[in-house]
Amino acid sequence: MRLPKAFVAALAAFLLAGPAHAVNPDEMLKDPVLEERAREISKGLRCVVCQNQSIDDSDADLARDLRVLVRQRLKAGDSDEQVVQFVVARYGDYVLLKPPFKSSTYVLWFGPPVLALIAIAALIAFFRRRRPEAVEARRGLTPEEERRLKKLLGDNP
Amino acid sequence: MRRALYLLPVVLFLGLAAVFLYQLSFGRDPRDIPSVLINRPLPPLDLPGVPGRDDIGLKSEHITGQVSLINIFGSWCVACVAEHPMLLQIRKTGLVPVHGIDWNEKNPEDGSRWLKRNGDPYDRVGLDLGPPKTNAAIDFGVTGAPETFVVDASGNIRYKHTGPITPEVWTDTLAPMIKELQKP
Repeated sequence: MRLPKAFVAALAAFLLAGPAHAVNPDEMLKDPVLEERAREISKGLRCVVCQNQSIDDSDADLARDLRVLVRQRLKAGDSDEQVVQFVVARYGDYVLLKPPFKSSTYVLWFGPPVLALIAIAALIAFFRRRRPEAVEARRGLTPEEERRLKKLLGDNP
Repeated sequence: MRRALYLLPVVLFLGLAAVFLYQLSFGRDPRDIPSVLINRPLPPLDLPGVPGRDDIGLKSEHITGQVSLINIFGSWCVACVAEHPMLLQIRKTGLVPVHGIDWNEKNPEDGSRWLKRNGDPYDRVGLDLGPPKTNAAIDFGVTGAPETFVVDASGNIRYKHTGPITPEVWTDTLAPMIKELQKP
């Protein structure tokens, strides 16, 4: 089978294209190690304008400002943890795309597993309860049932 | 009685729908992010002035000592135009000084042009063009404009209002709070 050249070209273009990044070249740090750390930190910080994007993904002005600020802090010698704390001190835990594990977020972390356990327990209870009926059916008919069945089938004794 | 159990999913669904409906109509706006700065001291401010207005700018010492409002605005911000008459009116009452942070302008002079056109309700205005130079708005945890902060006399942030100050917000919330804070 021969594929049209245009199709192959289009397919290649789609496969080779990476996701577009919001980070502009002029924002990037010259030091690739620092830049990589900045990217990692940015991916975990929520853009407070668009709310469901990280500042690494967002084109919003405020996201750009925060990206620049993250890089500025890194260049000043902050650790990753310090940079994140810098932003959290201003915007709260809300900016963390991965919520921290603490007493106010227990419901968030434990909720889904607890619900799953309840669902599994309910399923087990449901099938346990059904089983006795199935056993009863396999045991066959009582004499009374036998008599009624014969009567219904017109097989008079 | 066992029949009633089959209605359980419907009951659960209706209950959940009721919760969602309540949240949608009376619940908190998800865009209104609670500020972590309430009852904390004002972040240090050292902003230059808006070219064409003054070169004093906005610095921490301009704010402390009396109850004041800090309003984040920008000439690009549509809701700020809607809020502006209210700020002019607040200025006229003389109840409280209003300071401005002119945020995220494309050109440094845009703010002063905008203030000439719409009127200038501010005591002091600082220019915040964003990082790497200044990041006052981020220090305030600003998510958009306009936002207004109530600062008490000892320089602590006491309240944040997100969005334009409407006459209702002023008479029901801000004005009573300011009068309360001004009591010796």
